[in-house]
Amino acid sequence: MSPNAASGSRNSYSHVAIGLHWLIAFALVATFALGLYMHELPLSPQKLKLYSWHKWAGVTIFLFVVLRLGWRLAHRPPALPAAMPAWQRMAAEATHVLLYLLMIAVPLSGWLMSSAKGFQTVWFGLLPLPDLLDKNKELGDLLKEVHEALNFGMAGLVLAHLGAALKHHVIDRDDVLSRMLPFLAKTVPGELK
Amino acid sequence: MKHWQHCLALGVLAATLPAHAIEFSQFQPAKSSLTFVSKQMNVPVEGKFNSFRSKLAFDPAKPAAAKAEFEIDLASIDAGSQDANDEVAGKAWFNTKAFPVAKFVSTSVKPLGNNRFEVAGKMTIKGKTLDLTAPVTLRQEGNSAAFEGSLVLKRADYAIGDGVWADFGTVANEIQIKFRLVASASPAAK
Repeated sequence: MSPNAASGSRNSYSHVAIGLHWLIAFALVATFALGLYMHELPLSPQKLKLYSWHKWAGVTIFLFVVLRLGWRLAHRPPALPAAMPAWQRMAAEATHVLLYLLMIAVPLSGWLMSSAKGFQTVWFGLLPLPDLLDKNKELGDLLKEVHEALNFGMAGLVLAHLGAALKHHVIDRDDVLSRMLPFLAKTVPGELK
Repeated sequence: MKHWQHCLALGVLAATLPAHAIEFSQFQPAKSSLTFVSKQMNVPVEGKFNSFRSKLAFDPAKPAAAKAEFEIDLASIDAGSQDANDEVAGKAWFNTKAFPVAKFVSTSVKPLGNNRFEVAGKMTIKGKTLDLTAPVTLRQEGNSAAFEGSLVLKRADYAIGDGVWADFGTVANEIQIKFRLVASASPAAK
């Protein structure tokens, strides 16, 4: 580990966990926004490109999520503030579990939808992913609804997650947010020992 | 046009006649297929044409004398999605209002042995006629014959997918075409 002792003593996620969290966070928001934008476009070469980019991004995010899940299972996250009520701990835990499930389920549903709609996913135009489903219009339409519903569910949870983090930082003034954004730590009075 | 549309009745008749002079000429649309694979962003996308007709005459004893004509109703395309079907009917692609039919007329049939033939002819799409050759394999199945083959057609040769679609980076130039034409036998002597 780094001899830089300051980070070791602070209640914080590891660098790897922080890096993966923010990388995936920005990629999810961008890919979600791209999905919202592209699906109403009239057919054009641009639309085909955007769809491919969206699918490449989804596969890439999925791989980072698997990596992150592995890291998370192997590393204990920093402790929550001792003053946090039990129901809040449970709500936080449930939100995190659901977010992980959705980060896995959303790209999977997109992949299955693509197969059912008859458009294989070829990662970066190079690596064809197997089609787990045969082309089937009804199933494709259903999976589109599923992909959309899972996405909006995830968007709602991300907003709740964001709101809770800000509430902890601004109202409770504890170290919940600074565990994931260490540069904020010095602005939290309780953190300085 | 009429004689090859009365195929069923003649086909049944033909089956009862002596087999010494077989000619496969009764096109069987329900058993035939015309499919293609285009590449969009390097993703293979399957499509097909649902409506096409053929006039053909093939005597296994005299393959070089065989003749084939083939007409495809371009509006019957299934390009993989409704969006795509609407798009390819438009001016940039097939312009089906002005050019509803693509047509192939054979000019020569060269036996290659082993039930394989090289069929050469003229392909007309969107008002443009170009030479085309395709390898064809004959599979005789009882009283009918299936002519199967595949070829690569370059869409730019016929200006299929013009304008914004002309860039091959999104939709590749090469379109893989697979055909299976089934014809049943009828007496060669008419």
